[in-house]
Amino acid sequence: MSSSAASAAGEQRISMLKVLNPFHVWALGVGIVLVGEFMGWNFSVAKGGAYGALIACWVIGLLYTCVAMIDSEVTSTVAAAGGQYTQAKHIIGPLMAFNVGLYLVMAYTMLEAADALIVGDLMKSGAEALGYAGLNTQPFVVLTIAFLAWLNYRGVFMTLTLNFVITLVAFAAILVLFIGVDPLNPGTVLKHKELLTDLPYGWIGVVASLQFGMWYYLGIEGTCQAAEETRSAARSIPLGTMGGMMTLLVAATLTWYICTGLMPWQYLGQAYTPLYDAASLLGNPVLQVLLFVGTLFAAVASANGCINDASRAWFSLGRDRFMPGWFGAIHPRYRTPYRAIIFLIPIAVSFAFTGLLDQVITFSILSGLLGYTFMSINMVKFRKKWPLDSIKRGYVHPFHPIPAIVLFVLCSAVYFATFLGYGASLLAIMAFYIAASVWFTFRRYQFVKRADQFTMPWPRPKGY
Amino acid sequence: MNFWQLFSYAAWVISALLVAWMLADMISISKQYDEDFLMSSREGADELTDQ
Repeated sequence: MSSSAASAAGEQRISMLKVLNPFHVWALGVGIVLVGEFMGWNFSVAKGGAYGALIACWVIGLLYTCVAMIDSEVTSTVAAAGGQYTQAKHIIGPLMAFNVGLYLVMAYTMLEAADALIVGDLMKSGAEALGYAGLNTQPFVVLTIAFLAWLNYRGVFMTLTLNFVITLVAFAAILVLFIGVDPLNPGTVLKHKELLTDLPYGWIGVVASLQFGMWYYLGIEGTCQAAEETRSAARSIPLGTMGGMMTLLVAATLTWYICTGLMPWQYLGQAYTPLYDAASLLGNPVLQVLLFVGTLFAAVASANGCINDASRAWFSLGRDRFMPGWFGAIHPRYRTPYRAIIFLIPIAVSFAFTGLLDQVITFSILSGLLGYTFMSINMVKFRKKWPLDSIKRGYVHPFHPIPAIVLFVLCSAVYFATFLGYGASLLAIMAFYIAASVWFTFRRYQFVKRADQFTMPWPRPKGY
Repeated sequence: MNFWQLFSYAAWVISALLVAWMLADMISISKQYDEDFLMSSREGADELTDQ
């Protein structure tokens, strides 16, 4: 037991293991997101046409580049699990921190449920292709969640090493498909000249497509959750996050280029698995199998990363008594937040059993979006309270405050886009977080150990 | 009963075993270790901030 504890002032303390490197951080961020390239992004084509989807891809790419830059700077100073929750706690205050923590848990748990639903659907499709119709997807949904939770329970190193391998295979599948469409000879396989049309619904369609452009990148900010388990977090987190963002920009652009050159926008806009459909259109069975495996691996990697992130956020809320302190325990052998991991299993299964994939994803996106909006405010306050010369940073993002302002403006545009398509969901989730805030303020905050919340070795903020 | 039905039952059984293992391990850890020790972690500091 003594080897698993860090001694502080004579008493034994347990801590998470610092075993991760920038490749694990990359695997966590890209692993959560890459499934969005295999499905989901193409709903932006239905709203804005092929060109509208490309605009959404790059505009939302700009939004997430701002997120990655801001996250990288702040996390390079906060080497703690909880990511944006911990940032909010230190920089803004407890109510914002509680909300951000809840956004994170909801966003990742719902995304995990959606990923498990996708694995179930893929199993059903695979069974149908092999001659068995009507396979019940529920056992495979539960198995996906249970197996990945077990893996997360047993240790972060193996969990994210697996994520690295399967994410790499999924990314390689996109690259191989790109080579397969003969990109050096446009017009032979890809028919962009014939298939690309004007904006079918004008610029309002482009604005509406922004919401689905989020699928290309949703979850890259999850790299911050690994901060407490990463060696040299101040250097590794920015490296893994920015590397992940570059990977996603390449993957998103290639995905758009391949799919819009093979399918008319009317079909592409409602396809379930566009990249797999693209491989099917080429008539190459090896590519078809590769893209099926790539889609499956991307969904599993995403669910795996989501369990990792949701459990770290829930654990951090428990550690600070924002939620019952019982969840703030670390396993003495595996050094994982094991109680948080187990607690979130039935919640993910419950979301998955609703079967409402689009609603679950919309709630996940909205929770993420609320988190990004906070980050722009957070960054401005961070630089004001702790100027560059007051805390050592592993990464300093350039052009401050432009990225924070751009992020805020783009988040506002996506809220408007979401309101156009999912106004009721937007209002429902706002009502949920307002009710949760009231509960926290009047019922829960009395249990928070206020003096124990701030353990980072930061100087007193400027002006205090 | 064909292969796919057996596969579905196997998925249920494996899921139940995995969850049961985690629950059993969680209970066993709670019995072996003091609660204060299990919940004693603090936010970490990085090498860079320690310099």
